[in-house]
Order: sequence, then C-alpha cells, then structure tokens
Amino acid sequence: MDLQIYWWCVLSLLGGLFVFMLFVGGGQSLLFCVGWDETAKDLIINALGRKWELSFTTLVMFGGAAFAAFPLFYASYFGGAYWLWLAILFCFIVQAVSYEYRKKKSNFLGQRTYEAFLVINGTLGTFLIGVTLSALFGGAEFSLSEMRFVSWDSPWRGLELLASPSYWLLGLALIFLSRLGGAMYFINRIDEPNLVAKCASIIRKEAALFLLFFLGFMGVFFSANGYYLDATSGEILSRPYALALSLISLPVLGVCFVLGVVGVLASVWLGARASKVAIWAYGVGCVLVGFALLAAAGLGGAAFFASTSHPASSLHIYNASSSPYTLGVMAWVSLLVPFVLAYIAYVWRALEREQVSKAELESSEHKY
Amino acid sequence: MAELASVDLSRLQFAITALYHFLFVPLTLGLSFIVAIMESIYVKTGSEQWLRITHFWLKLFGINFAIGVATGIIMEFEFGTNWANYSWFVGDIFGAPLAIEGLLAFFLEATFFAVMFFGWGKVSKGFHLLSSWLVAIGSNLSAMWILIANGWMQYPVGMSFNPETARMEMDSFLEVALNPVGIVKFLHTITSGYVIAALFVLGISAWYLLKKQHFEMAKKSMVVAASFGIISSGFLLLSGDESAYLVAKHQPMKLAAMEGLYRGEERQGLVAFGVLNPDKKPGDDEPVFLANIEVPYMLSLLAKRNINEFVPGIDQLVFGDKQRGIMSVGEKMLLGAQALDALREFKKAKSEGDTQAMSEAKSELETNWRYIGYGYLKNPAKAVPPVATTFYAFHIMVALGSLFVGLFFVVLYLAMANRIEKFKNILRACVACIPLGYVAAEAGWVVAEVGRQPWAVQDLLPVGVAATNLASTSVGVSIALFILLFTTLLIAEVRIMLSAIKKGF
Repeated sequence: MDLQIYWWCVLSLLGGLFVFMLFVGGGQSLLFCVGWDETAKDLIINALGRKWELSFTTLVMFGGAAFAAFPLFYASYFGGAYWLWLAILFCFIVQAVSYEYRKKKSNFLGQRTYEAFLVINGTLGTFLIGVTLSALFGGAEFSLSEMRFVSWDSPWRGLELLASPSYWLLGLALIFLSRLGGAMYFINRIDEPNLVAKCASIIRKEAALFLLFFLGFMGVFFSANGYYLDATSGEILSRPYALALSLISLPVLGVCFVLGVVGVLASVWLGARASKVAIWAYGVGCVLVGFALLAAAGLGGAAFFASTSHPASSLHIYNASSSPYTLGVMAWVSLLVPFVLAYIAYVWRALEREQVSKAELESSEHKY
Repeated sequence: MAELASVDLSRLQFAITALYHFLFVPLTLGLSFIVAIMESIYVKTGSEQWLRITHFWLKLFGINFAIGVATGIIMEFEFGTNWANYSWFVGDIFGAPLAIEGLLAFFLEATFFAVMFFGWGKVSKGFHLLSSWLVAIGSNLSAMWILIANGWMQYPVGMSFNPETARMEMDSFLEVALNPVGIVKFLHTITSGYVIAALFVLGISAWYLLKKQHFEMAKKSMVVAASFGIISSGFLLLSGDESAYLVAKHQPMKLAAMEGLYRGEERQGLVAFGVLNPDKKPGDDEPVFLANIEVPYMLSLLAKRNINEFVPGIDQLVFGDKQRGIMSVGEKMLLGAQALDALREFKKAKSEGDTQAMSEAKSELETNWRYIGYGYLKNPAKAVPPVATTFYAFHIMVALGSLFVGLFFVVLYLAMANRIEKFKNILRACVACIPLGYVAAEAGWVVAEVGRQPWAVQDLLPVGVAATNLASTSVGVSIALFILLFTTLLIAEVRIMLSAIKKGF
C-alpha cells in the first residue's frame, strides 16, 4: 500500500473520531435544554468536562497529521480559508477555559458567559466545522503558483463558503448529530432519572432533523460532479457522482459507510429508549461514516480538495503529500497509536466505574 | 507596500499569540514537576499537610493549564493560516515532529491529566502519583518536539532541496531529531520554565509569610521551590552557555545583534551593560554605544571557547571579510538569485520535457540551494535583525537570570535555617520576582525569534516569502480580535488565580 493511502486513511480515521468526539460540543449545546437548574447544569458540565480535552486533542491531532502528511493541503486549506478557520479556532479557544473558569470565584466574566461560550462552541463551532468539511466534497476557489503557494480567489477568505446553502447541510447535520451524541452520553454517564428522560425525549425529537439534513447532504454531494486524477494523462478531470462512485468502487469504504449509518440509526433507536449502550453504537457509527466519507473523498484517484476555479490546482493525495521518507518515518511512529489508545481506554475504565451524580460530585476533589 | 504590511502584521500576530502562550507554558512545565515532587513526599510520608500542599498547587496548576491549552491551539493552526507558504516549504520536515507531539504527547498528556485531577480516591495512590509524574514528563515531551522543530528553523539540517516539489525534504530524521540547536533550545526553554515555576511557588509562599498565614505549609513549599530553582538554574546556565556557543557557530548575525557587535575582533570582550547609540547603522563610523561596560576577552571565550579567537561583527558579516574568509551578504544574494533562476529553469525545462536542460538546472541548483533564501533579499542591510530589540532583550534575560540564582540560594539557606520569616525584604523580593520571571522568559523568546530575522528558516526562507498572501486588513482585524480575547482571558485567569491564592491551602 502506498504511504499516501495509509496516511489518508489515518487522517480519515482521525476525522471520524473527531466527528464522534463532537458529542462533547453537542452536549454543551444542550446545556440550557436539559440543565433546568443549577444541579442539572453541574452534572452536565462535569460529565462533559472530563472528556472535553480529548475532543480538543483530536482536533489538534487532525491539524497536526494534515500538516505532517499533506502539508500542501494544510497550507492551502488553512491559509486559504483564513477567516473560516479563525472563526472555528475562536470557538475552541473559549471552550478550553470555560469548564475550568465557569464556577471559579472572581472569574471576571460571570458564570453565564462561560456557559454561553460552551453553547457557542457546541453550535457555531460544530456548524462551521461542517461547512469547512463540505469543501472537501464540494471544493473551493483557489489556485497554486509554480512554487505551490496558494492564492485564494475570494477576498472573504473562506467566509464565502457560508454563502453556499449546500455547504450548510453538513454543518446542520453535524449540529443535530452531535446533540444526539451528547444526549446519549448523558444517558450513559449521569445518574439522574429526570435528566435521562429529557435526553431520551430530545433524541426522539431531533433525530428526524439530523436525518433530514444528512439525507440532504447525501443527495447533494453524492450526485454532484467531482474531480479526479487521470492516471494516464496526469490531468485533473471532472466526473459526475464522484463521491458515490468512490464508495461503490472501493467496497470496503462502501461497507463501512452502510454499517456506520446503521450504527447511528441503531443508536437513535436505543437512545430513544434511554439505553446506556446507545453512545457506543453512536460512536462506532460516527467513526465508520466519518472515516468512509473522508477516505472516499481522497482515495481511488479522487481530488480531495478540488479547486473549482482552477481544476489543475486541485489537491490529491500524491501532489499534496510529504515525501515518502517522511511518511515512512511517521508511519513507524503511528504504530504506537494503538498502545496509546489502549492506555487511554484502560485509564477511563478505571476512572468511570461510578456514574456522575450529585453525591459523586460532592465527594469529588476536582469539579467544574 | 501593502504586501509588506501584511507580512509584518502576520509576524506581529504570531509574536503576540506566542508571547501570550508562553505566559502559561513555562508554569505548566515547571509546576507539574513541583506538584509531582510534593505528591511524592505526601505518598512517602503519608502526611495530610503535604496532601493539602499538593492539592493547593495542583489547583493553581489547573487554572493555568486551561488557558495554556486555549492559547496553544492557535499556535498550531497559525502555521497554516498565516504562514501557508512556509508550511508547504518546510512541512516535510516540520510536520513530523509536530505530528509526533500530537500523536504521543498530547493524547497521553490529556489522559494523565484526567487521572491527576479526577483520580483522587478512584485509583491507587501509586497510580495517581505515577500519573502526576507522567503529566510532567508528557508536558515536557510536548515542548521537546515543538522545540526540535524550532531548532530546525534556526539551524536546518538533515534535508535537501527538491526542485520537483520546490520545497525542503527530510533526508535524515535522526539528524533533525538530534539537531544540537534543537536539543539545547529544548533544555534551555524547559529549565527556564522550571525557574519560573520555582519563582511562582516561592513568591506566593513568601506572600503568605508576609501576611503571617499558612506558615508551615508556605515554608515547606519554599524549601521545595528554592531547591528546585537552584538545580534548574544550574541547567539553565549550562544550556544558556551552550546555546550562545551554537548561536555563534550557526547564526553569527544573531550573536552580533545580541552583543551590539559591529566590528568584531580577536580577544573580543563581552558587553555586560550598554546603552546603544540609536543613530548607528551598519557600515558607518558612528559609535555603537553611548555608554557601556565590557568584560575583556569574555565573548571570545563564551562564543569560541578560546579567548584568542575572532568573533565576527555585523559589518564583517554584511560586507564580508576576505582575510577571514567571511562571504558578504551581497555575494550570498547573487548565489541565491542564481539558485532561484536555476529553479525556474528547471520548472520550464520540465514543462517542455527537456531532460538535458533539467539536468543542468538541477546541477546548478544543487551548488547554490544553501543560499536560496538570500535570493529573495532586496538589499544586504535586510539581513540584519533589529539590533536594539535583540540586544536589550538578551541583556535583560541574562541580568534577571543571574538575580534569580542568587535569590534561590539566599532563600534556601534562610528557610533551612528557619529564619526566612525575619527577612521581610527578601520575602518582598520573592513576590516581586514572579513577574520578573515571565519578563526574563519572554525576553529569551524575543532574542531567539527577533534575533533570527529576516529568516523564517535560517538562510533558506525569509519571512516575507513564508507568509500567506493575506490582505493587511484581514490580519489587522484578527490581531485586534486576538488581543481582545486573550487579554480578557488573561484578566480572568489572573483574577481567578489571585482569588485562589487569597483563599490559601
């Protein structure tokens, strides 16, 4: 297997994991929906507060892996869509302090402000991520110079993507998906029957909205034209139904996608019945769907970041990647990842024997 | 002009975010070790007092850590948003350490951190202690990879220029990872963090003694902090000395700016104190200093390990010194321009399928690519970093560093002799040294980063080429937003910290 393919798969897997971890943001967006009093809010914040750093780290990892494995993508995507990415980063900066500072004395901005920051991160931040990810399926207008320096066509530097209604679909789908995940996480982690019942009710109501936007996204992007690298001429050419064809021509991805969708639907069914295992089905489903879609955007010769104004500047895994030597070195390092993940799982298993409850919080040494 | 302003604004934005970030990182690096030491004493002795001491400093660590994470995310993504050309040009090398940092250090750190804060009573004492030590080691490992990447920008090794992709590509990961400049930079930076953390604990404990509160616990904290500070200062001093030696070897222009040295000589003295003449320009006959105190031979000794050696000054480096085999910037600019021409020829020949011309252009490029960055300079004076900023920042850093060493020794002696509470002025000095520690660390960064201007990557990529092609207004607005947001969060952090300190152990 090409190292480029390996690293695109790693990046796609990280993307899938990040989609799963967005449940933290989704949970934050539910703060005022299910946190009817101070105790309920405390339970929510403390349940999420023990995971927020993992979601944050996954985003950082996605950026780091993109930089290391596909530096031209990193340069073009982040340097090009400047304002869109800065808006996302601002949403994540405010998240990072909000848990720790929310209830601290003399916190300057007041508890409500930090709670508002968490809601902003969980809604606006998630939405903007959906819009930027859409650029991987629908492309953007940019060009590369002979030295491969990026020029972004629009002076709005990424904000113009917000003017495209089709790019909203993934953003909105992610908002509702993450809210479902947040509710399922609360059902799993919080020992408070009223809160659990509310979460199950939210899952029943909002699942339809998620499906609506996700099916809209599939309808638009599965039928849209896409770009690919023609192996014989070395040129970037256009083809219809590019994303759908990728999923069909790479059956492993197609199967992952279908299984993932089934997983998410099963999690909704379970979550609506307040089942504690819903979050696990949700997690597997999100990772599989996220992985399959991102992988399909870059494998099989597809141009994963297409330039709709200068197709020749489109990025595929071969022209955007690091050298084989660097990819090889990093591939060796990546073999340690399963051990790191196993350790993380072991630690969290030890820490989470007990559910978050009022009594547990009272006895806790560190609480938010 | 507009383009130039955009580059300068991107530099300013990066500098501001880096300086903010570095207000929190050093304390995290050092305080994590101090907390781990305190917890070790608790586990060993079983003393409830040591447990309270550990909890107290851990609480302050958590407040600081949150904002460090918040400011850190910007640093990673700013390489892409503001330095897109740089990201492509060096991504093949810079990306690897950054990815390893994220892959191993970040994930592990986040998990150890969770145990450290939420694991009390849920995991065994031994496992908790291990996690506290691993938070300290994990944080420092994160710093290692980012500083190796930074070290590569100061002294690029282990790579070659690929004309096909028009970028630097890594040939040897070991050379990059074991780059002496990166290693020394890592040691110097983390030990400066340890000193800041020691000053932080010392200052707050001194404040309690002045207020006659938490007497026992404050004194115990002081002993730990002063001991930790003395050991750290030793390493800081040694790594600083080695750092200056490597700067002299690989970035002589930076050393000349640090010392305000325009015409270097054999047996060169070291300026211990000086007021620079603001009218001084490279190549003119104006005096360099309005007033200065020099230690004879010392710069030759520190920079070359030999008092008789020659140390080049700015004039010699800009205009060359044939006698001593120093090439002028003008000559390097010619070679750099030839390298860029050869690259263009290579690209043209490739598009025309002319393999003969490609081979010739490649050969020409291979001869001169080490000077490729000089091909972008408009005139030789552009190769000189801002001398006054570098000079004063360096001297402030050294003066404060020396002051801290003295303070640690005095405090440790008095605390061990059980007399520290009687020396109110020493206690006040401890409190005053908390902000001074940050001043010294920030000054160190100014020396390292302003002193290497105009280069993003030494000799290979000037900042003007490295920046993303952005409108000045865009960067101007984002700077204003960053300042507003970070200052707000900083005020919140300081107020929360002060409130927690006021509450005490």
